[in-house]
Amino acid sequence: MNDEEISVEAILDHYRNPHNYGKLESSNASFTEFNPICGDTVHIQLSIADGTIQDARFVGRGCSVSQASASMLTDLLKGKKVEFLESMTEPEFLGILGIKVGPAREKCALLSLTAAKKAVKGAT
Amino acid sequence: MFDPVRVARDFPIFSRGDLTYLDSAATSQKPSSVIRAVEDYYSCCNSNVHRGIYRISEEATELYEKSRENISHFIGSTDPTGTVFVRNTTEAINLLSYTLGRKLAPGDEILLSVMEHHSNMVPWQLLRERGVVIRYADIDSDGKLDLEDLKSKISRKTRIVSLTHASNVLGTINPVSEISRTAHEASALFILDAAQSVPHMPVDVRSIDCDFMAFSGHKMLGPAGIGVLYGKQDLLSDLPPFMGGGDMIREVRLDGATWNTLPYRFEAGTPNIEGAIGLSAAVDYLRNLGMEDVRYHEKDLMSYVMKRAEEIQDLIYYGPRDPEIHGGVFSFNLGDIPAFDLESELKGVRRPESSHELHPHDISSFLDQSGIAVRAGHHCAMPLMTRLGVQATSRASFYIYNSRKDADKLFIALENAKKAFAR
Repeated sequence: MNDEEISVEAILDHYRNPHNYGKLESSNASFTEFNPICGDTVHIQLSIADGTIQDARFVGRGCSVSQASASMLTDLLKGKKVEFLESMTEPEFLGILGIKVGPAREKCALLSLTAAKKAVKGAT
Repeated sequence: MFDPVRVARDFPIFSRGDLTYLDSAATSQKPSSVIRAVEDYYSCCNSNVHRGIYRISEEATELYEKSRENISHFIGSTDPTGTVFVRNTTEAINLLSYTLGRKLAPGDEILLSVMEHHSNMVPWQLLRERGVVIRYADIDSDGKLDLEDLKSKISRKTRIVSLTHASNVLGTINPVSEISRTAHEASALFILDAAQSVPHMPVDVRSIDCDFMAFSGHKMLGPAGIGVLYGKQDLLSDLPPFMGGGDMIREVRLDGATWNTLPYRFEAGTPNIEGAIGLSAAVDYLRNLGMEDVRYHEKDLMSYVMKRAEEIQDLIYYGPRDPEIHGGVFSFNLGDIPAFDLESELKGVRRPESSHELHPHDISSFLDQSGIAVRAGHHCAMPLMTRLGVQATSRASFYIYNSRKDADKLFIALENAKKAFAR
């Protein structure tokens, strides 16, 4: 397997067995992001205290890329400072996902990041 | 005998050898004759039409007007002045909503259906700010138009009935002659969105008796950026102008202008001359194949596709099961892709890892790896997705260059996709 195939496997793994799926009871910041082109939906819930993301969960429906990226993002955010999320750029996040996506599916991959950033913005 | 493999040889794009093109409902491929017609025009007599008093301008004008006559004849119209060149179906319907809309009063009703493409929905919705009421005929469980519902929604208030001839999602071919009669009995205008029918079956504006009809060139082997608005002469004459500018006027003074005759009144600015000429070549190509035979080929192919579809577990497809009223459009899902509902999702009603569905985006990406081009998403019919209770669908659409072999490739790849994404 080359690097790209390993990444595709990782995506499929998260898609088959999503991490952090379901309701976060302690959530104090959440946002639902939706891609009108294909209907992909991700609802991110964060529990934030003292500027730190204590916990993160999601629910959603959509293609493997959109759902796996939400699974990976929620893993990544736990224990991180809010600024970490706020300063993460789209290319950085695509780099973390490690898959090559064409322009048509970039939106799917970025859906969860957009949702998480909007959740934090709305939380204040 | 209609042979799609031989037809495909006329289309240079298939010499790539790696393409199974199943997205002709979005746009069709182009045969050499169309590409050559556009090239020939630029090589032989490129100039502006209706203006120059010199030979090549007269030649260009003649080519442009002969194209109009040819296309007009193709849809069964005897009067080429009722064939207005526009950019596409969307522009034609916007022209109608803008011009007809100016004559409507608050409380007037426009009847559409839930299966309409956004282009036959949004232009009419824009008239709601004038107090115009938009109503929608429903579909039945088989994806056919519910004629009882449609008839119950036509009243004296109905001024316009605007309907698709063939659905770009369900494939449903609507009984438009019957609906035209119903509309006319109520003194309403009948407008036909023929974007998915003129390329695929014989369409005769006189036998349907539609008042206006819209279609796009690029879905019927022609170039992009050329489309047609057909209208009955007396009705077109009655419409106010849509866009102002050159060619649409007779005389301009500083304090106003008078309008040109039909169809030029609706063709402001330098038109898409190459597009009209290319579309005329496309019409020649289709006429040579025979539209009856084109329709028969797609019917035959769809019967085969539906039979193959039954063999695949978890495959759900939409639209009528009867190939007689189902065009070459095959919309499907692997597993149920219901609309997202946050509340029930948070309650944990459904666990993603236990479901069998495969999202249309994943399907189309996977098929692309085998060179199979299909569409995934809402197909510019979001209200229809809602009505079907789905988030999105995949869509394979077939045309004259597709054979049973292409359908076989599709179904083999779908079985492989199921294995690759199995949870």
